Amino acid sequence: MLRLEKRPQPSKAWTWATPLLAVALTMVAGGILFALLGKDPFVAIRMIFFDPLFSEQFGAYSRPQLLIKAAPLILIAIGLAIGFRAGVWNIGAEGQYIIGALCGAGVALAFFPTPGWYIFPLMILAGAAGGFAWAMIPAILRTKFNTNEILVSLLLVYVAERILAAMSLGLMRNPDIAGFPGSRNLRHYPSAHNAEIIAGTGMHWGVVAAFIAVIFAYILLHRHILGFQVRLAGQAPRAARFAGVAPTRLVILCLGISGMLAGLAGMFEVSGPAGQVNIDFAVGYGFTAIIVAFLGRLHPVGIVLAGLLMALTYIGGELAQFMLRLPSASIQVFQGMLLFFLLAVDLLTNYRIRFARKEATA
Amino acid sequence: MTGAELSSIALAPLIAALMIAATPIMLAAIGELVVEKSGVLNLGVEGMMITGAVCGFVFAVQTSNPYLAMLGAAAGAAVLALVFALLTQVLMANQVASGLALTLFGLGLSALIGQGYVGIQPPRTPKLDIPVLSDLPFLGRAVFSHDYMVYLSLALVGAVWYFLKYTRAGLILRAVGENHDAAHALGYRVRRVRILAIAFGGACAGLGGAYLSLIRVPQWTEGMTAGAGWIALALVVFASWRPWRVVLGAYLFGGILVLQLTLQVVGVRIPVEYLAMSPYLITILVLVIMSSGRARASLAAPGSLNRPFFASG
Repeated sequence: MLRLEKRPQPSKAWTWATPLLAVALTMVAGGILFALLGKDPFVAIRMIFFDPLFSEQFGAYSRPQLLIKAAPLILIAIGLAIGFRAGVWNIGAEGQYIIGALCGAGVALAFFPTPGWYIFPLMILAGAAGGFAWAMIPAILRTKFNTNEILVSLLLVYVAERILAAMSLGLMRNPDIAGFPGSRNLRHYPSAHNAEIIAGTGMHWGVVAAFIAVIFAYILLHRHILGFQVRLAGQAPRAARFAGVAPTRLVILCLGISGMLAGLAGMFEVSGPAGQVNIDFAVGYGFTAIIVAFLGRLHPVGIVLAGLLMALTYIGGELAQFMLRLPSASIQVFQGMLLFFLLAVDLLTNYRIRFARKEATA
Repeated sequence: MTGAELSSIALAPLIAALMIAATPIMLAAIGELVVEKSGVLNLGVEGMMITGAVCGFVFAVQTSNPYLAMLGAAAGAAVLALVFALLTQVLMANQVASGLALTLFGLGLSALIGQGYVGIQPPRTPKLDIPVLSDLPFLGRAVFSHDYMVYLSLALVGAVWYFLKYTRAGLILRAVGENHDAAHALGYRVRRVRILAIAFGGACAGLGGAYLSLIRVPQWTEGMTAGAGWIALALVVFASWRPWRVVLGAYLFGGILVLQLTLQVVGVRIPVEYLAMSPYLITILVLVIMSSGRARASLAAPGSLNRPFFASG
């Protein structure tokens, strides 16, 4: 019989090895899934993980896409990870992402067509403020009324989606084109366009912001007293209370940071890669970022790697969809499986498996 | 024969629609209530519901038997719930994260399974006109001429109430949920009880999902549960973990849903999108009221809810 034995401390080696093991297991399970769908599993896996980067035919298009897709995932996941470490579960990042985008685009559309260097910085501020404000709803309800922040933040995603639809069909609709939903395209408005900093690399201001967020989060979590409090509150809430950590302040801080970063991600997306506010703007980055945060082990450096890998599955998935007619939903299943395996193999970090003779198990 | 009857004609279909709108979330919520009573928080209700919706739909189209379809939906969602049970009960994974994983995976899986079934009409589920009662003037149309699932869901709530309150197994389940260490010390199989509860919760969520895709809508579209699973989770809090209050909450919520749809049809001068967000806003409002002040539903929560159980030795 197998028996579990709790480790006195999480294993350092397994902490780093489990994400890799989970990715390997997902590839195997994904391969089986693709085979069941009647596709060659080896070709499909190769197309998802290898071709977007190294194929001569697709690389030129795909490589810049990597940064474009990874930036929002990393930005959002960094914020979520800080909260998850403290036991504050913001799972409504998708909503904060949408509201951030709407606020950022709102500023741009209000100034249209005036040129001005100050417009883009104002949009950044508006995006961050929008995401922050949307995240403050669950934060304040949690601290004032003890309402569960998981349910509130998630339900607000559906509200945000309806607001997005209302804006694309109403207030923010492009007045010059009748009959179509969606706002003006910000790409044609230079003062508001989040253009590539170096052409052809996919490097836009959102990538820079993600980079800054990673460094900021690393310092906060590992070099600052606040980060210590965050980790303490997550691992030993009672000890945290004795150590004088104010739970209210921590909830506001965690939700505020993650909301702000999600709002920024939305703003950079709407002013750059997406280009406009439209009903199909939200593609689920806020939810995928949850997987990224866990895959990166809630560690800023890990999240960068995880974000790049998840971005790769998006791009490779699109490629496989186009080339092999792989259903688009199979990539979603693939990402879901990754989270399953990740949670499953995490057992090895916290427990030791012992072979024991016949013994009653609970 | 004047005003009174006129209003009753309009009211009867409204009540009927309300009962139909309430049934899916009632089914999912009563299942989740049992899960939470055993001390487990499964946030994957949305994922299990949508899996049930697609499984039921596929079974219905393949077998053209609406009853088999419901069984298939329950089984499909229960299998998915067992993945959650494996993760949280055997592999000791975090319950919140595992529940989220279940929802993300379920949404993808259902889209994959259902891609060939978009735009197909499922076989009709017959209405169950209860002989004498359905001929009653007002109540007959409003309450007594529904499909069998409406009555089944009410019967299920009754059964859960009886099970938790009067049976020995129900007492054990509650003991496990209130204090798993004490229950373990008394020799109860904490893990086994919880796995069974999780499977039951999955089956109920599956039925709720299938009710949406087979009877209420009836059609398959990607992501068609649209947050119903999360609303069911909120409903359990609203009900303070008491079965009969789930019925009350579900019908209240069904009423809001129907009212909102009616206002859309009538063409009130509020854009459809703003009306459509009202169910979510009202759910949040209810959560706030229930968790604050004197109501304090959180006090009624099972003692071991969302705490991992590990028996050493």
